[in-house]
Amino acid sequence: MSDKIKFSIKNTNLHYGNFHALKNINMEIPEKKVTAFIGPSGCGKSTLLKTLNRMNDLVEGVKIEGEIKLDGKDIYKDTDIIDLRKRVGMVFQQPNPFPMSIYDNIAYGPRTHGIKKKSELDDIVEKSLRDSAIWDDVKDRLKKNALGLSGGQQQRICIARALAVKPDVILMDEPTSALDPISTLKIEDLVVELKKDYTIIMVTHNMQQASRVSDYTSFFLMGEVVEFNETDKIFNTPQDKRTEDYITGRFG
Amino acid sequence: MFKWLILIIVLIALIKPVKYFLDNTLSVDTLNLISKFRDNALKVLIGLSTIFTCGVLIWIIFYIVSKGIGGIDIEFLTTAPFKDEGGVFPMIISTIWIVIIALLISTPIGIGSAIYLNEYAKAGKLVNIVRFAIESLAGIPSIIYGLFGLIFFVTMLKFNYSILAGALTVSIMVLPVIIRTTEESLKTVPRSYREGSLALGASKIRTIVRIVLPSAIPGILSGVILSVGRIVGETACIYMTAGMVPKMPETIMNSGRTLSVHLYLLAKEGISFEKAYATATVLIVIVAVINLCANLVAKFLNRNAEVK
Amino acid sequence: MSSNILSSSIKNEEDNTNQNINNKKSFKLSDFYELLAKILFMICAGVVVLGVVVITVYIFIMGLPAIFEVGIINFVTGTKWIPSAEIFGILPMIVGSIYVTIGAVIIGVPVGIFTSVYMSEYAPKSVLRILNPAIELLAGIPSVVYGFFGLVVIVPIINDTLGGKGAGSSLISASIILGIMILPTIITTTKTALLAVPKKYKEGAYALGATKVHTIFSVIIPAGKSGVLSGVVLGIGRAIGETMAVILVAGNSVIIPTSVTDPVRTMTANIAIEMGYSTGLHQEALFATGVILFIFIMSLNVVLHFVQRKEG
Repeated sequence: MSDKIKFSIKNTNLHYGNFHALKNINMEIPEKKVTAFIGPSGCGKSTLLKTLNRMNDLVEGVKIEGEIKLDGKDIYKDTDIIDLRKRVGMVFQQPNPFPMSIYDNIAYGPRTHGIKKKSELDDIVEKSLRDSAIWDDVKDRLKKNALGLSGGQQQRICIARALAVKPDVILMDEPTSALDPISTLKIEDLVVELKKDYTIIMVTHNMQQASRVSDYTSFFLMGEVVEFNETDKIFNTPQDKRTEDYITGRFG
Repeated sequence: MFKWLILIIVLIALIKPVKYFLDNTLSVDTLNLISKFRDNALKVLIGLSTIFTCGVLIWIIFYIVSKGIGGIDIEFLTTAPFKDEGGVFPMIISTIWIVIIALLISTPIGIGSAIYLNEYAKAGKLVNIVRFAIESLAGIPSIIYGLFGLIFFVTMLKFNYSILAGALTVSIMVLPVIIRTTEESLKTVPRSYREGSLALGASKIRTIVRIVLPSAIPGILSGVILSVGRIVGETACIYMTAGMVPKMPETIMNSGRTLSVHLYLLAKEGISFEKAYATATVLIVIVAVINLCANLVAKFLNRNAEVK
Repeated sequence: MSSNILSSSIKNEEDNTNQNINNKKSFKLSDFYELLAKILFMICAGVVVLGVVVITVYIFIMGLPAIFEVGIINFVTGTKWIPSAEIFGILPMIVGSIYVTIGAVIIGVPVGIFTSVYMSEYAPKSVLRILNPAIELLAGIPSVVYGFFGLVVIVPIINDTLGGKGAGSSLISASIILGIMILPTIITTTKTALLAVPKKYKEGAYALGATKVHTIFSVIIPAGKSGVLSGVVLGIGRAIGETMAVILVAGNSVIIPTSVTDPVRTMTANIAIEMGYSTGLHQEALFATGVILFIFIMSLNVVLHFVQRKEG
């Protein structure tokens, strides 16, 4: 792996009370690539994703050990949680636009971080919407409620909303699992487009999706990373028997 | 009197043994016949009860409004009472004053408490204490609030019988209504909104103020509207704290007589039944309008929920 | 899996981070605002608790001296209330409150439960569209309007049919009016409880060939028992605490009623009628009446708390 490292995860363990959810995770996630987390339900892939922007902090009784560095700085020790979440955006499983206008949805992040000037906000909103390939759909109804859009459009609004705070990394937690096949393809195209500028980490249940869009793939099982490698290698020449079984559909 | 009560208790106690006796002696056919009869009797009771409930409501409203509507005209609504003549203008103004001041106090405190309970507090002893306090406040009768207001606001803080003392007293009384409805509507705000905002790097308080509260506003509003109804209809505790001077209050330190207190005095002292019918009609109209508003707001809330 | 745990709570972000992670916290203005907001909301909740405490303390401080001066036994069991002679016994009022409440329960509870059965099990949507607002309106009508209605309608009817010492202002008039007033409380709570009973119980009963009525009374109501019960307790609370409506229809004589047509005075009425002109020990005795009423209500609250605890 010759690419520059964005996230470096070392010896990370996570407990929910007595439940050991992540077991000694070690992984280096490269910059400006798409990394996919795959594995059966409850294997810890979403948990690790939420650890990367510290959304797990919201859970009562969670305990995290080990070291997770973003660009060489420990995100639990040396980074302010607000700055971290600004740099590491997130797109959720269910599209979750706020119940306000499309414009206000996109502008919410920048406004949160102190940008109040109308002209500046206008630019950010337009650029974010263009980058998430939904500008043409919504440019005439920016003042309309975002909840009136279709599921696929809502998810792209959520991506635009994440882009608007100018993150380095975008975390995607099964971003297409609630969408129809056509919307799914559109989001996948968008992800490929976005990796030119952003590091993308994506949890997915969909094997084809992982092979279509990701550069690297990590296979999780029971809270452990079984195998982490370039996507081609994971899908064509898996090193671990368990990976092979999963990919060929023998369990899952 | 006492004998009757005992008789009723004995009859209720006898139901079980009698049933046991019948179940074991009668034939299956007879028992089926009895249970069919019982089913039908219960059905009749269900129907009669519903008719009774609605009938009483219609009776009360029709009776009072039909006798009162004639007494309501512009003059009645815009003049002060003089003995058994005149109108209810000062009472309307006093009522409005008390409603506004009470809501100015109880709305922020109620919303704040609900936010604390729903967004901050962890389940535990502290929360149980707060919840028990809310239940207790809701259960305390209005006359006890009146006693408290009389001794605390009127006497100790030397507000005398005044709009302010009355408003402060009722503001505590409506707190449970506001807290409960606010909490209910905070609960309906999806978690994903909070997560979305936090993931963008927004702080918790910004998330609450910008995302959670705006989504909860219709629910909060209907709670506030219901409180208006409670305050307008309140008599005992206002009568003991705001007094009953039937004049236009000049400041909030003046005594003021609300519409409900006015109706009570008209009826109790037998001053003028004609005016009492008219005042009661005004009260019923106000309550009907308030309920309508609360329902419209709730409908708006539902429509929002459907869009989700 | 993780989302299940996540959904358990979204609380106290800062607490968790502080406990679990060695966070080097540099002082930031935004952290200060966070803390300030949290404290502000806590104060709001504190005001509610403080309200109950202060109300309780003041009522007791004002009322206990009179109880001690008269003697607790004399006060609670005394049958004579003659303020001018400083004789204060509130047994007639206690009995009055209890009788009136029992009467209200006898009228209000069955009607309320049957009505809520209709609303939750039988009524089609179109009927509910009228019934629901009707019940809300019934709940919203000010108590003094009920009292006035009782005074001009119920009292004359009782006088014409049953007569009695109070010329219609009587125990039964008060019970009828209170029975009507507690209807919405009982109906709303019971209806909610019955609607919350899982469908599978009903289906199970139907599958055994039970009739609809039988299912309702043998399965659904027992399953929603604690909800129905808390509706009844709330109704009792409302009846025992009601003041103005009762004053207008109950006659307010300080006697222990021996017939349903006798006039009665409740504890609440005692306070409201005499507070205006009382002074000294008389006034303290009225506060003491409040103490006894308060104890009744708080006992009900405790009962309610346990009934609802069982439910949850």
